[in-house]
Amino acid sequence: MLGTVVCCGVLGVGAAWLVERSSVPARRIWHVLLVAPLAVPAFVNSYAWISLLPGLDTYAGALLVVTLSYFPFVYLPVAAAFRGLDPALEDTARGLGLSTWAVFLRVQLPQLRVALLGGGLLVALHLLAEFGALQMLRYPTFTTAIYDQYRATFNGPGATMLAGVLVLLCLVLLIAEIRLRGRRGYARSGRGAPRPVRPVALRRLTAPALLALGTLVGLAVAVPLWSLGYWMARGAGSAVDWADLGSTTSTTLGLAAAAAAITTAMALPAGWLAVRARGRVATLLERSTYLGSSVPGIVVALALVTVSIRVTPWLYQTVPVLLAAYAILFLPRAIVTVRSAVEQAPPLYDDVAASLGASAPDRLRRITLPLLAPGIGAGAALVFLAVVTELTATLLLAPTGTRTLATAFWAASSAVDYGAAAPYAVIMVLLSAPATVLLSRDARRGLTT
Amino acid sequence: MTRPRRVLTGLLTSATVLVALAACGDSQASDTETLTVYSAQHESLVRTMLEGFTDETGIELEFRDANDSELANQIVQEGKASPADVFLTENSPSIDVVDKAGLLAPIDPETAEQVEERYRPDSGNWTGFAARSTALIYNPAEIPESELPASMLDLADPAWEGRVAIAAGGADFQAIVSAVLALEGEDATREWLTGLERNAEIYASNTAIMKAVDEGEVPLGITYHYYWFRDQAQEGLVGDDAELHYFRNQDPGAFVSVSGAGVLASSDQKDAAQRLVAWLTSPQAQERLAESTALEYAVGVGADSAEALPPLAELQAPEVDPGSLDAELVTELMQDVGLL
Repeated sequence: MLGTVVCCGVLGVGAAWLVERSSVPARRIWHVLLVAPLAVPAFVNSYAWISLLPGLDTYAGALLVVTLSYFPFVYLPVAAAFRGLDPALEDTARGLGLSTWAVFLRVQLPQLRVALLGGGLLVALHLLAEFGALQMLRYPTFTTAIYDQYRATFNGPGATMLAGVLVLLCLVLLIAEIRLRGRRGYARSGRGAPRPVRPVALRRLTAPALLALGTLVGLAVAVPLWSLGYWMARGAGSAVDWADLGSTTSTTLGLAAAAAAITTAMALPAGWLAVRARGRVATLLERSTYLGSSVPGIVVALALVTVSIRVTPWLYQTVPVLLAAYAILFLPRAIVTVRSAVEQAPPLYDDVAASLGASAPDRLRRITLPLLAPGIGAGAALVFLAVVTELTATLLLAPTGTRTLATAFWAASSAVDYGAAAPYAVIMVLLSAPATVLLSRDARRGLTT
Repeated sequence: MTRPRRVLTGLLTSATVLVALAACGDSQASDTETLTVYSAQHESLVRTMLEGFTDETGIELEFRDANDSELANQIVQEGKASPADVFLTENSPSIDVVDKAGLLAPIDPETAEQVEERYRPDSGNWTGFAARSTALIYNPAEIPESELPASMLDLADPAWEGRVAIAAGGADFQAIVSAVLALEGEDATREWLTGLERNAEIYASNTAIMKAVDEGEVPLGITYHYYWFRDQAQEGLVGDDAELHYFRNQDPGAFVSVSGAGVLASSDQKDAAQRLVAWLTSPQAQERLAESTALEYAVGVGADSAEALPPLAELQAPEVDPGSLDAELVTELMQDVGLL
């Protein structure tokens, strides 16, 4: 797991530096392409890789596939943070004789710490709960063991015990991240008029840099798309049920949008408190939201089955319970982005507005929300992407008869009907594309503009 | 700064619309009788077999489709409050879990009589409605049919080291192991699994096995028959170079796994639920199964299966009570020898 986090960190920061701070051509296009892997569900990605290279079932294989699926979680916040950095500081450092590499190490990297750690935390949490991809790559982890317990022995208590271990691991991660993050403030006091960034000229290194970015995008995006295209073409014989495809798509869209809105709304106060009212209670509150996402979907889903059928039977298998499951599973994604947005938004504006007599709701509407909007948008987009591809909780908790793209893909592929399965996967990717574009736009604008 | 806020407003609007839609959906289904079916058998097959049921009986159907293990776990968690009326499974061990938890009502005797006795458990609390046979998939370019092992148990011999593909993590393979356990006992099964642990290449799914055999990565693999037949029906997308071999001779490798149908004891519409199970096992539904693209076996008394398949009666399957498969001990043994 450490390997994956380090690889994601290096790839994410490296790519972000190239796109935000160097003279590499076509930076805007690269930026969208580097976020694009988020639109490909991890199980589609691993399926594509395993069908391309069947011998991939080793530690290295698992590392490769999981890294390619998850590095955007680091790239996104780090690229956004680069945008938010004041280039004047870097220019000063350069003026004092530091090399480009030294500027990166001593000036940029320390300022990227919150973003980098947040991204790393997301990757680590994902790995704890990742099942589909790792099972396909035959790389046994705690999570695959939990599924074995449920699958073969129907051993609920045994599985719950293993899930408890995952929760403990998650706690260790959370404490480690707090320790590493430190207590420094990262906001600029005023927006001022930042100098335009003067990109570092790559000169002869341009070609290798392009090659590196091209390889990364090729491996992370082109391979799964090629594989989907292949199945679409080979399975074209079976007729596509357009009406079903349409209704499934709109259900997925509605669920994902609702979950994104609700989850982000819940993330807002937690992320805000964690930064502005730092203290034991706020930290505990924010940290506790991560626990739910460190256990596999089936544990959360069955827990909600148990609770809601006893406590709120009239709500059982309705949209609200399903949305609650999504919120439990995906809240951290929204919190990480919202928190780093709060981190970079100076509290000064709020104080000034208050001194000018603006009421609290007014300040929220006119100062705080606009300042945090990019972070909120990015958080909502991340949750949206996650819900589109979620399978287990949807199968167990959705209103009976509800079909989403992920469940339809699963149903067709488990019946060995490739032609019928492929369109759902393609729509899943298409549906996720606007969310990734939204993500990349917000990051481009930078967090403090 | 306006664009993100517009996006946010958009998200909130669609959330409101969705909740409103969900509310409308609830208010409609009231006066007609509606059965809730938890189904782990392939969606297309179940829908095909139940075609016409609603027209003829006036009973509406609502489906929840998921895996065997997920649905069985869910029903046990739900207990007596379960909204499910009928439970359909792909393999029998998961319906047995629900039966052993005391959550199934006895099947109507007339319904049971529609099904061959060997495809029903002794408990009488559920019945088979479809079946699949264990088989060996092999690549004739790598190994001629004459050199295939006589019994599935032979695959534990050192001679087969690195030459057998299995999907150890799947419910299908574990059902096959449970048959070996029921037929040969615990010690023999442990010995067989130990040999397999040395010999076998592990794959994620039966489709992956088929692909690996097709490409000559391994010469043969243990699988269910219908993966190969369905692939053939799709012009051999994955497995055009692979062939299928049945063990026959009451070998454990000729085990036939049963898909189960049961009525939940907690259902308040048991009569309608019993009618659904009776429909699934009726000659008409069994015929529809045979004519479908599912290529699984029909289990009705005197029912024929798809013409592409060798008749079930000729497969010489071993006698196993489908209600006696011990999934728990199977996992324990597989974990002990290191296959899980």
